[in-house]
Amino acid sequence: MSLTLLEGNEAIARGAVAAGCRFFAGYPITPATTILNAMLSLLPPLGGVCLQGEDEIASIGACLGASMAGLKVMTATSGPGISLYSEQISFAVGSEIPIVIVDVQRLGPSTGSATRGADGDINFLRWGNSGGLPVIVLAPVNVADCFTLTIQAFNLAEKYRCPVFVASNKEIAMTRESVDVNALLIPEIINRAVPPDGTKFLPFQVHNDQGVPDFLPIGGNVLVRQTSSTHGVNGYITTDHNEIAGIIKRLETKILSAVDEFSFYETYRAKKSETLIISYGVTSRAAKSVFKELKITNRPVSLLVLKTLWPVPEIVIRRAARDFKRVMVVEMNLGQYIHEIERILPDKTIEFLAQMDGRLITPHAIKEKIFHG
Amino acid sequence: MDSLLNIERPPVYCLGCAHDKITHTLDKAFQNMGLTGEKIVMVSDIGCSGLFDTFFNTHALHGLHGRALTYASGLKLARPDLNVVVTMGDGGQGIGGAHLLAACRRNLDLTLLVLNNFNFGMTGGQFSATTPPDAQVGSGFLNQLEHPLDICRVACSAGAPYVKRCSGYRNNLADEIRQAIEFKGFSILDIWGICPGRYTKKNRLTPKAIDATLAKLPPLEGVMADNNRPEYGAHYRKVAAGQKSVGEPLKIDAEFSPPRPGRQEVILLGSAGQRIITAGEILCLAGLTAGLHTTQKNEYNITVLRGPSISELILSPEEIDYTGIERPSAIVAIDQEGVDRRKAMFDHLDKMTLVVAIEGVEIPASKAQIHKVDLNSLGIKKTDWALALLAVLAKLGQILSFEMLVAALKIRFKGKILESSLDLIEKAGSNSS
Repeated sequence: MSLTLLEGNEAIARGAVAAGCRFFAGYPITPATTILNAMLSLLPPLGGVCLQGEDEIASIGACLGASMAGLKVMTATSGPGISLYSEQISFAVGSEIPIVIVDVQRLGPSTGSATRGADGDINFLRWGNSGGLPVIVLAPVNVADCFTLTIQAFNLAEKYRCPVFVASNKEIAMTRESVDVNALLIPEIINRAVPPDGTKFLPFQVHNDQGVPDFLPIGGNVLVRQTSSTHGVNGYITTDHNEIAGIIKRLETKILSAVDEFSFYETYRAKKSETLIISYGVTSRAAKSVFKELKITNRPVSLLVLKTLWPVPEIVIRRAARDFKRVMVVEMNLGQYIHEIERILPDKTIEFLAQMDGRLITPHAIKEKIFHG
Repeated sequence: MDSLLNIERPPVYCLGCAHDKITHTLDKAFQNMGLTGEKIVMVSDIGCSGLFDTFFNTHALHGLHGRALTYASGLKLARPDLNVVVTMGDGGQGIGGAHLLAACRRNLDLTLLVLNNFNFGMTGGQFSATTPPDAQVGSGFLNQLEHPLDICRVACSAGAPYVKRCSGYRNNLADEIRQAIEFKGFSILDIWGICPGRYTKKNRLTPKAIDATLAKLPPLEGVMADNNRPEYGAHYRKVAAGQKSVGEPLKIDAEFSPPRPGRQEVILLGSAGQRIITAGEILCLAGLTAGLHTTQKNEYNITVLRGPSISELILSPEEIDYTGIERPSAIVAIDQEGVDRRKAMFDHLDKMTLVVAIEGVEIPASKAQIHKVDLNSLGIKKTDWALALLAVLAKLGQILSFEMLVAALKIRFKGKILESSLDLIEKAGSNSS
């Protein structure tokens, strides 16, 4: 076995390039800046473009333009930048523009602490678009995930024509870690679907049981329209409420109905355990330490690590929790995802460990909560 | 050439709106240039100017208020062969001011047609960035308090290589538009017109008055010789083609055995500028040469050359889950600032922890063993102390072996830096254990 030392942010950049990303635009912000740095090293020699935008709005705007020209695109920022992205995220959601958006979370609110970690944007990512339509959010646990989940994020953005978030955290992004590159499971690369020859192209038309319209780039021989306004299948503004309702419903359904195809998670089960810990991101690593330590004791616990956060992988959560009366959610914020768990598991006792002070939640704190409530 | 106007979607402007005339003139300019629709992308934003993309049989991207130039930049960089024509109103210049400045500075080959009618037509005639202070507008007296923006003067000082303004009623407007589109670089044409639906309901403005006002302004020739320079996209591609590929990250094979079994946690406590993070990386690389899993978690202030700098490192034969330090095997105390930041940690130490400290750094009372090192007397500079103390650890047979450290330096450094770092660890290791 040979090992490579990589930080999470570099792994995200390399994952993006492996997925076929050829356009990146970003604005410097700790702790996401090293993604911009890495893309600036990686893309130009490949004939790709890496742009430092004049601000976050411009950075994601340039990505949306390049995506509509047919390129696979990515941008990266932290909480303050996600705030500025919001109107453009809504555009990408409503107008079905594929883009991968990395949020390297830092302690908020607001400018908060640039060099302290948090998972405080988890609900913001889900609900940060006007209109409230669903989005896909993947949460890496370690450097290996940063690489492979970024590729998955591109695949999902291409397949479902939507923004896909990678919800990282300063504690993964700027932590260097050994990784066995040869052991990484690289998913097959997916590209956005093009319409079959000979069919009349309308930019938002779906055929038969398609949930996602085929894509043609702006700049090709067939004229393509894109608009942030409420549009019909032809890409022009429509006031037909039936057509509007149909398209909005499709935007919701294409994401929600597909979650079983991209429910990424890990489960660690210990025999005779009575408590199931549910966690995600860097915090799940402390939970995994606890799982390993208690597995050989007479008070073992089981663990579910969620890597797809949105849409909520409800089947995965229900199945994992089936045999447990007691479920404990551990997250690095004041309590965000716990509300989803409470919603899905109304008949269970849900306990909760939260911490939002810029430090990692320790295995010790998790054990305290397990044993002493 | 044929008209590119979309006959199924004729302009829908108020009677007498300048936008209507400019729509037809833009079509004439496209025809004069012999352009077909697939060679053009119309990029627009919000407001009446944002309807332009629907009137033409071209590619089109209509987006958010003031952000048209952002999309246009991505489109042009992805497809340099396309004619990217951006229409925005005076409202868009205000809200998207940062993008206008950036477009001028960047000089990507885009054409910005500003449909300047001195107010927000669509939302009720509120004042925009170009509304005169004496105009009657939909925002009460507020426009009296703000100075209108001269878009062209701003564009000139921001570095736009092609800047011109003209009346939307000018006979040669099609030629003006053509010249702006044909210019290889960022071109801005500030086209003044009348908004009959809102502005001229309360204000007197005629084509003649526009001409008279324009005549009083200093003339602009279009090409700004002082701002002339290579177009961004072509320049980018030229420079990018010369960039060296960075290659794959290094894979490191295990060739040594670590001096001690089990998980080792190490914490480097120093201050900014002491190469703490680099020393931590070297310790990780040393771990990899012994086949160990490693993590490096850093803590520092946002300031660069001041404040504490701390690196937490784990080397373990097992997969590493939690990346924080719970029971350090070794604490490397390089500077008081780092020690002070983690003072609380010392309360919980037991005798299993070895503190290797620079002579003079005050170590809080604890049960840990302490090994003081005087690097000053060896003539070793402060910036090298972190690395030097790794050599001391290696000589003490803790955490890493000397051969692991040498191998790590050979991975991390080359040439003279490698030689001097090898000399350094030799000196520090042989004189201070």
